[in-house]
Amino acid sequence: MAKVDAITGWKDLEIGCAIIEPGSSRRLKTGDWRSQRPVTDRDECIKCGLCWIYCPDIVYSPTRNGYFKWNGDYCKGCGICAHECPKDAITMVMEGE
Amino acid sequence: MPKRVGIEVSLAASEAACAADVDVIAADPVTPQTHIVEHLSELVADGELDAEFMPVESEHSAMSACIGAAAAGARTFTATSAPGLALMHEIVFIAPSLRTPIVMVVANRALSGPISIWNDHSDIMAERDCGWIQTFAENGQEVFDLIIHAFRVAEDPEVLLPVIVNMDGFTLSHVIEPIEMLSASEVSEYLKPYNPQMVLDPREPITMGPVGVPEMYTEARYQAESVLNGSKKVIVKAWKEFAKLYGRSYKPIETYRTEGAEVVLMTMGSVTETAMTAVDRMREKGIEVGLMRFRLWRPFPVQEFRRAVKGIKALAVVDRAISFGAQGGPVCSKVKSALYGAPDQPQVFGFISGLGGRDITVEMFEEIVKKAIRYATKGKGPMYELIGVRER
Repeated sequence: MAKVDAITGWKDLEIGCAIIEPGSSRRLKTGDWRSQRPVTDRDECIKCGLCWIYCPDIVYSPTRNGYFKWNGDYCKGCGICAHECPKDAITMVMEGE
Repeated sequence: MPKRVGIEVSLAASEAACAADVDVIAADPVTPQTHIVEHLSELVADGELDAEFMPVESEHSAMSACIGAAAAGARTFTATSAPGLALMHEIVFIAPSLRTPIVMVVANRALSGPISIWNDHSDIMAERDCGWIQTFAENGQEVFDLIIHAFRVAEDPEVLLPVIVNMDGFTLSHVIEPIEMLSASEVSEYLKPYNPQMVLDPREPITMGPVGVPEMYTEARYQAESVLNGSKKVIVKAWKEFAKLYGRSYKPIETYRTEGAEVVLMTMGSVTETAMTAVDRMREKGIEVGLMRFRLWRPFPVQEFRRAVKGIKALAVVDRAISFGAQGGPVCSKVKSALYGAPDQPQVFGFISGLGGRDITVEMFEEIVKKAIRYATKGKGPMYELIGVRER
């Protein structure tokens, strides 16, 4: 599970609760609350990249062999990739299964 | 010795901001605006004040722009009144939590409806809990002085909070008074250039005003609350230094003829001077009455208040706003809660008067005091009462 690592007492907060370290949000994993995750069947995948294009959270990234790799740190399980896949190669499965 | 000039109090407020050498003024220039902003735009246009004047389309935008300017390290000023303050409401709460030391003059006026443009305190009482430091002026000189003081306190590195200087709409904002104006060079002795502790700068990016998740919100709010309460010592110290330099002294709670007083009137704002006349008149008749008023409304000076009421039998608190459905006025409610549990507390009787521009006369103050004396002798009075309301 991703955790906010800035938890601190009020005395240690920056003035006005400002965040003084640029880019610190990269450490925040936002995909810890999805109930479903997409699973790609690479036998069906035609490497068209629509999952990569449509994903609202840029969870997919192209790999050297042409497939698209999924990153669970940020995926919310919205299912847009599964819906858009022209070959129905992506299935949404329940987390924990 | 500074020159004493006859000047409209609103214009004096602009001159105070000018003497404080503000960098940015963002304000809605049309009604319910006063001449404060109009005159500042003139000063900027005439080259007398080197500042950015931003005439925005609403008070919501005005306060947003002020926060942005203050976050970028500018000395920032604005002014508004009643419905303008109400339109600002959302953003008013953001300024202290971002610790942006904005100074705002509020010309206190009634909130509608029925539609009213006249003076009372319902606008500012609706912003009572917004987290700003709030002071009240009784006359034009105090408006000028409190604005200079406000910048000094707001920008103190231990404070960094916005300050509202309250002045009564019309009875102060549109009245010409003799005021000792301090020049920019005289003010510069008291008010050093703003040295921001944290600025928005693309070369060193930071995030101001991020999301406060439930794990952080309480701590962030407590920081603002703790700094506001702690600001009192800076406020008092800054007033003491003001007195040393310019000869006029201010205190969180001001008293008038309270020595030996059995009953003490409590007021805020310009009606205080009418109440003083009433006190003088009643003292001549042998009635042991005094007067007390909150100069500092937030942070509420609870210790000073408890000390000030020692030995007093009864307080007659005059509110200029109704706290609807709460059976009383906001000042009286605060007075009662501040005294709860204190030893030897006086009896407190609440009166509401002077709503929507209706004058509170000397005679009305005398009536209030007479009532308070009667209730105090009986040992009980009504929860609150409206003075001067027609039954039919």
